[in-house]
Amino acid sequence: MKILVCISNVPDTTSKITFTDNNTAFNTTGIQYIINPYDEIALARAVELAGNGQGTITVIHVGDVSAEPTIRKALAIGADNAIRIDAPPRDAWFVAHQIASYAKAQDFDLILTGRESIDYNGSLVQGYIAELLGIPSISIAKKLDINGTNATVEREIEGGKEVIQVPLPAVVGTAEGVAEPKIPNMRGIMGARSKPLDVIAAIDIPALSHITHFDTPSPRGNVKLVDKDDVAQLVELLHSEAKVI
Amino acid sequence: MAILVYIENIAGAFKKSGYEAVSYAKTIGDATGQPVTALSIGKVDATSLENIGRYGVKKVIAVNTEQLHQFVNQAYAAVIAEVAKSIQATTIVLSNSFSGKGLAPRIAAKLDAALADGAITLPTITGEAWEIKKSAFSGKAIATQELTAPIKVIALTPNTVEAVEAPTAIEVEPFEPQIAATDLTSVIQDIVQATDKIPLPEANIVVSAGRGLKGPENWGIIEELADVLGAATACSKPVSDAGWRPHEEHVGQTGLAVSPNLYIAIGISGAIQHLAGVSSSKTIVVINNDPEAPFFKVADYGIVGDAFDVIPKLIDAFKAYKNH
Ligand SMILES: Cc1cc2nc3c(=O)[nH]c(=O)nc-3n(C[C@H](O)[C@H](O)[C@H](O)COP(=O)(O)OP(=O)(O)OC[C@H]3O[C@@H](n4cnc5c(N)ncnc54)[C@H](O)[C@@H]3O)c2cc1C
Ligand SMILES: Nc1ncnc2c1ncn2[C@@H]1O[C@H](COP(=O)(O)O)[C@@H](O)[C@H]1O
Repeated sequence: MKILVCISNVPDTTSKITFTDNNTAFNTTGIQYIINPYDEIALARAVELAGNGQGTITVIHVGDVSAEPTIRKALAIGADNAIRIDAPPRDAWFVAHQIASYAKAQDFDLILTGRESIDYNGSLVQGYIAELLGIPSISIAKKLDINGTNATVEREIEGGKEVIQVPLPAVVGTAEGVAEPKIPNMRGIMGARSKPLDVIAAIDIPALSHITHFDTPSPRGNVKLVDKDDVAQLVELLHSEAKVI
Repeated sequence: MAILVYIENIAGAFKKSGYEAVSYAKTIGDATGQPVTALSIGKVDATSLENIGRYGVKKVIAVNTEQLHQFVNQAYAAVIAEVAKSIQATTIVLSNSFSGKGLAPRIAAKLDAALADGAITLPTITGEAWEIKKSAFSGKAIATQELTAPIKVIALTPNTVEAVEAPTAIEVEPFEPQIAATDLTSVIQDIVQATDKIPLPEANIVVSAGRGLKGPENWGIIEELADVLGAATACSKPVSDAGWRPHEEHVGQTGLAVSPNLYIAIGISGAIQHLAGVSSSKTIVVINNDPEAPFFKVADYGIVGDAFDVIPKLIDAFKAYKNH
């Protein structure tokens, strides 16, 4: 079993999000970066499926050298080796091309991504990679099992779930339920230092779109408090003022 | 130049978010003078197909191939791209639903199209460059994306626009797609769907509860309140982590992002990770016994009080409102 886990490096969930250069660029000052929480789930499942010599796990990241602590953490959690494609991750289309171009020659059985990255929230990388490689993809998996040459995946749908059998190789975007994130132990952290982390050059991909600027949502007015013994007033406000019922 | 809008069905019934996509496509069509064609894939009866005409679209292409009666991402993406090419569509609109998220990048890759994922506005059009806004950083920011490629795919966030009625006669045209066997290798083994419940991503009103509810046995009042309001239920992350509620209900930065008209948060403290998934709700009501709970800072309306005391009263008050 050869698994590729795609790792994105995102601002910690408590980060205050601000912008610079006239609101055209994300302000990275003081931001702590973490492994995208959904990618931690993907990695944890990969370790369950292929850890302890039952297979190999490669993690891949598209980004500059500043992401190496995140990549080392993934190695500490249990990946065997890492690839960093050395280019700023311009957008999902660019990132997916880099990953697909690397994966093409590697015959992975399974490629895992998170359901989405918590910065740009695209849910795109997974579908793009699969289309570029011409293989099946599942977005938003809640469960993932391997039976021989197939994956059995539980996928979220509106108001329910769907169980699908997908032949390998396939790309799966993992969400909560697939596995519990794993915390690296001391042995893992020590071992991670000597695991291979190869840096490769990016391929050139023309841009089809770009982000021109960011806005921060306008703050709400002050909260209107309603007395707990007069809840009918809330109903009235929701009807005549907010007009939502 | 033409616009293709893919309208998704669940067990043969079109979804509200699908009609929203149709209306959105029609608005762009009217503004740019392009014809809009709807596309339905799967087993949908004639009456439902004709119903799309209520939203102002004059033609629907219906793909009813047996092999496509169940949703297979890869094959559906291929069919949508094939139909788009056959009518020379340069804009493809679909809903950013769970299935839509899987389809959009595959369609865009097939057509070398620029993709606006999770659109929350209509495009601002300047020649070939279209600007569309999307939510970013889990609701903490809004990004304006400029699509520069000639072909554009837009995945529309549910609840962004209203499905506006503009009834017209509609022509239903059957279509037999070319389906490659390699696109049909996934097999659906089981579908579990609660048809009596309102899907959370599409709900206009969401009643959400947190650890303040103390335990799963206390969710009766939350469900009753949701029933009275025709709302979907949601919860905070610790609640689903503890197994009090299913994971599908977890909203926030690492859960579902929702943007209903009304979000009622009960016994939820308002941690930044929770707010990330709900802050784009139009109106927020917070019920919490701690006046210092951070959630009050981002709420429109609030009640400081014990949920077990306030919610039954609120249920009665909403019932009284409904009945008069
Ligand atoms: C990486 C990461 C990702 C996360 N992602 C998410 C996410 O996506 N979604 C999410 O929700 N959280 C997320 N969290 C967790 C988040 O930080 C908070 O811990 C969580 O939202 C708190 O849930 P809660 O408000 O239900 O519980 P608590 O913080 O325990 O709050 C309970 C609230 O109930 C009130 N209360 C108690 N009793 C009553 C009563 N009788 N009547 C009325 N009110 C009462 C209390 O005053 C309190 O405000 C994440 C955390 C991390 C680190
Ligand atoms: N720069 C990146 N390098 C490697 N994988 C990435 C990168 N960005 C995103 N991904 C993967 O793609 C998933 C979905 O990202 P997105 O499509 O941006 O929401 C993430 O959960 C990661 O698994």
